[in-house]
Amino acid sequence: MKTAVQIASDVQRGASSADEQLSLSLEAVRARNEELHVFLYVDEDGAREAAARVDDVIAKGDNAGPLAGVPIAIKDNVCQRGVPTTCGSKILQGWRPPYSATVIDRLLAAGAVPVGKTNLDEFAMGSSTENSAFGPTRNPLCPSRVPGGSSGGSAAAVAADMTPLAIGSDTGGSIRQPAALCGIVGMKPTYGLVSRYGLIAFSSSLDQIGPFAKTVTDAATLLEVLAGHDPMDSTSLPEPSPSLVAHLNDGVAGKRIGVVTELIEGADDEIVNEVRRALQAFRDAGATVVELSIPELRLGLSAYYLIAPAEASSNLARYDGVRYGLRVDAADVTAMNEATRTAGFGDEVKRRIMLGTYALSAGYYDAYYGQALKVRTQMIDAFARAYREVDFLVGATTPTVAFAIGEKASNPMAMYLSDVFTIPTNLAGEAAITVPFGTGEADLPIGVQLLGPGRSEAQLLSAARVLELADGRP
Amino acid sequence: MTLANGWEIVVGLEVHTELKTASKMFCGCANSFGAEPNTNICPVCLGLPGSLPVLNERAVELAMAIGMALHSTIAPSTFHRKNYFYPDMPKDFQISQYDLPINVGGYLDLPDASRVSIERAHLEEDTGKSTHLGGTGRLQGAERSLVDYNRSGVPLVEIVSGPDIRSSAQARAYAQELRGILIATGASDGRMEEGSMRIDANVSIRKANAPFGTRCEIKNLNSLRSLQRAIDYEALRQVELLEGGGTVRQETRHWDELLGETSTMRVKEDADDYRYFREPDLVDLAPDQSWQDRVRAGLSPMPAERRQKLAARLIDPTSAQLDAVEVVIDLGLDDLVERAVDEGVSATLAISRAANELAASIDEVKNFSSESFTATLLMEQRGELSATQAKTVLAELLTHGGDPHEVAREMGFEQLSSSSLGATVAALIEEHPDEWTRYREGDEKLAQFFIGQVMKLTKGQANGKSVVAELQARR
Amino acid sequence: MSSPLRREEVAHVAKLARLSLTDAELDLFTEQLGQVLEHANDMNSLNLEGVVATAHPFGLTNVVRSDEVRASLDRDEVLAMAPDAQDGRFAVPRIMGEAP
Ligand SMILES: [Mg+2]
Ligand SMILES: [Zn+2]
Repeated sequence: MKTAVQIASDVQRGASSADEQLSLSLEAVRARNEELHVFLYVDEDGAREAAARVDDVIAKGDNAGPLAGVPIAIKDNVCQRGVPTTCGSKILQGWRPPYSATVIDRLLAAGAVPVGKTNLDEFAMGSSTENSAFGPTRNPLCPSRVPGGSSGGSAAAVAADMTPLAIGSDTGGSIRQPAALCGIVGMKPTYGLVSRYGLIAFSSSLDQIGPFAKTVTDAATLLEVLAGHDPMDSTSLPEPSPSLVAHLNDGVAGKRIGVVTELIEGADDEIVNEVRRALQAFRDAGATVVELSIPELRLGLSAYYLIAPAEASSNLARYDGVRYGLRVDAADVTAMNEATRTAGFGDEVKRRIMLGTYALSAGYYDAYYGQALKVRTQMIDAFARAYREVDFLVGATTPTVAFAIGEKASNPMAMYLSDVFTIPTNLAGEAAITVPFGTGEADLPIGVQLLGPGRSEAQLLSAARVLELADGRP
Repeated sequence: MTLANGWEIVVGLEVHTELKTASKMFCGCANSFGAEPNTNICPVCLGLPGSLPVLNERAVELAMAIGMALHSTIAPSTFHRKNYFYPDMPKDFQISQYDLPINVGGYLDLPDASRVSIERAHLEEDTGKSTHLGGTGRLQGAERSLVDYNRSGVPLVEIVSGPDIRSSAQARAYAQELRGILIATGASDGRMEEGSMRIDANVSIRKANAPFGTRCEIKNLNSLRSLQRAIDYEALRQVELLEGGGTVRQETRHWDELLGETSTMRVKEDADDYRYFREPDLVDLAPDQSWQDRVRAGLSPMPAERRQKLAARLIDPTSAQLDAVEVVIDLGLDDLVERAVDEGVSATLAISRAANELAASIDEVKNFSSESFTATLLMEQRGELSATQAKTVLAELLTHGGDPHEVAREMGFEQLSSSSLGATVAALIEEHPDEWTRYREGDEKLAQFFIGQVMKLTKGQANGKSVVAELQARR
Repeated sequence: MSSPLRREEVAHVAKLARLSLTDAELDLFTEQLGQVLEHANDMNSLNLEGVVATAHPFGLTNVVRSDEVRASLDRDEVLAMAPDAQDGRFAVPRIMGEAP
């Protein structure tokens, strides 16, 4: 399949059309969606209309935008007007939002063609997409294994060549971990770089929308479209969209790079080996590599599993059967709320709601939630100290390659540990990217993670491009 | 009302005032009372998944204005979520300020010179509104309820007083003075009957100088009369309880205006764990000095200052006149009065007509021009209208509008204008030469004769003093 | 080490969160949540005296919008997604008790 950049170029100069590209995409979806369960909903009519609008613009001789006619998959926790949006939950089954997320408006304005909504762990809570109320997604590279999560459907859509691009959301690794397990590029941008307006909240202070793509260049092109100030999101950074594509070939010559002990310890040997190989690639490209230890990162998992559930317990209170979504009837409103929520939420969502409710409740707030916020401060400070010494950091994205479906499903703590390398970036509100680099067991892909300070996207993308070239991809 | 046996009432008030913004606190929906249900709603104020709040600048400025009027410190503040389930709350949490409110401390001086401390005045959002079906239409006994979210997300400021109030009358005076301040700042229209100002009263009793007793909170008092009656009732209930050997249980109580009593609404429960935490979708609020200065520069004079200014227009005011001044300020009529006085109307007359005639038709005053008021009072002052006639003209102007001179003429008061009164008097002099001669020679009693004749001709609408003036002029 | 969480606490939290649990779920969740809290005890290894809590990664302040009215949603569209509606309003079964 062609890259997004190639497609946009073909469509813009009339060598292909948005409608033709959409047909190719829909064909690929039809070929494997039943097997892989990537899309929860394919919006063929809406996509045809969007493609027709792009083709009209081009027929008039106008520029249709940097993503002209590029099919894109949307994680099903992003609201799109009139298109069923479930968050992978029975509680929202059948709900069609009466409004669109800011990122949807931006994608349409850039000429992209949203094809449909992809599967995810319910309310983005999970690391395998097994927590979807509508059944798991399978890894396109090895269907007996998970694609990672929570944005497993979006990662799989790109890995299975259904769409060249997808968007996901990353609260504790939900873009980077599935991207790594599916062998593609995934980026968690700086908190506030991409508007959250219309992203169904899991943990508001950690959630960020970001890109999936096969190539670093495609990821940069997509992120440039998504990023930029949005007055509808109070936490949106005030700056305009950064220039990313223009810096893709900046390289790493003269840069200082830190490899972080805490971001590789506990990873399988085959993964540590690929990280080491990546470091050599950076040295070969003219960078200096130093070893660093940031002990505070070890507490990330603990802080995350208090902060994220606490915010989630409040964000998910609104699913009460009153205004939209599921209602299970009962004699009074309290019983109705309870019956609705009990029937509508899956176990993982219930676990996190209860954990968060507990962490915020009188008597425990200071010991758990309050303590976690302080750990968060320490983590931010620790990263800041590291970035005084080096330009960016390197580590593993995941401790293992894609694991088997069902392998960790009954052990929440084991599942949580698969996000141990990605969580610190969310707590710090900073940027990180995963880029496929080599393979491990059963020829499954391995991702190398690059972490940088806030607003360092251009630097991380150009460094990722160095690894992409070193790994023999054009 | 004073309590028997040395008991003392202790009251603290929490006043919620809806802010008079064009749009809601966190979204662009219209903030308007009385719209068709669920027509002012959007993803944000309906709490739809994915929606995010963005703070209304004007709401912040009105909150600051209230704080400034209450001598509060404008402080860096944050927003929290107060979590509890309730169908009229679309997100099942309320965005409110918690440990760091925008306005900290302050005080309010009442007309009787007593001072009530202010603990805080913070921003928060209003909830939707439920209508109950079945039973008596009240929540209790209803079969089902219908929810309208038009009011959801309307900006509120909650003003919390210290427990400094010692009588229901003082509570009423506090609420009234606060209402005047809210109107003066432009924060509120002060319409309690529309729910734009709602009061919760924390009431306890104690023996003089003893520690505070257990308090009960009476919710949602929506008139000054209810406030005063509810406090009196509740204090007496607590006295009876304590004197009967019982104890007061901390609880929330409901005031029934028809029955004239409070009753238990809910006792403090286990479930009251609001799990407050910082609202992650909003950032800190820290108005800098220049923003504060801009708001302060836009403040109009507060009631106390206006009261003083108006009273100073009176020479040696009586206590009845000072009461009238208070009424004029409470009703916001001082602008009309000041303008009339500037145009030559006596302050005594202008204050009196405003405190009585205008006050009686206060809803109509907003369509009433200061020119009309001034012109009518000047006619009265010149004797062209009797007091009764001036009041009649004012009433007509208030209800139907029009030009004061024309209204006076149409009502048949026109012959009383000085020229027509003069003509009437001249005609009478010609008709009664003997009486006129005796009057000219100093028999003052004959003035009464001429007044009587004028009254007969004008069907009683002439002004006696004006008649005498006309006679004097011809003597 | 025994679970830092008691069964009754989980039951209480479930009630606060408006979830009902079977006895078996209560046992399972008590154990699973206990594991997470036990893991969280590693935070106590740090001396966090005097550390300020971070609620936001970046210190933005005074983000406001101007007080302008924008179009609202169409009522019919909104009520069409409601589980139950009547007379232009969202309908719910009997409400137990006043709002706090
Ligand atoms: Mg309040
Ligand atoms: Zn709204």
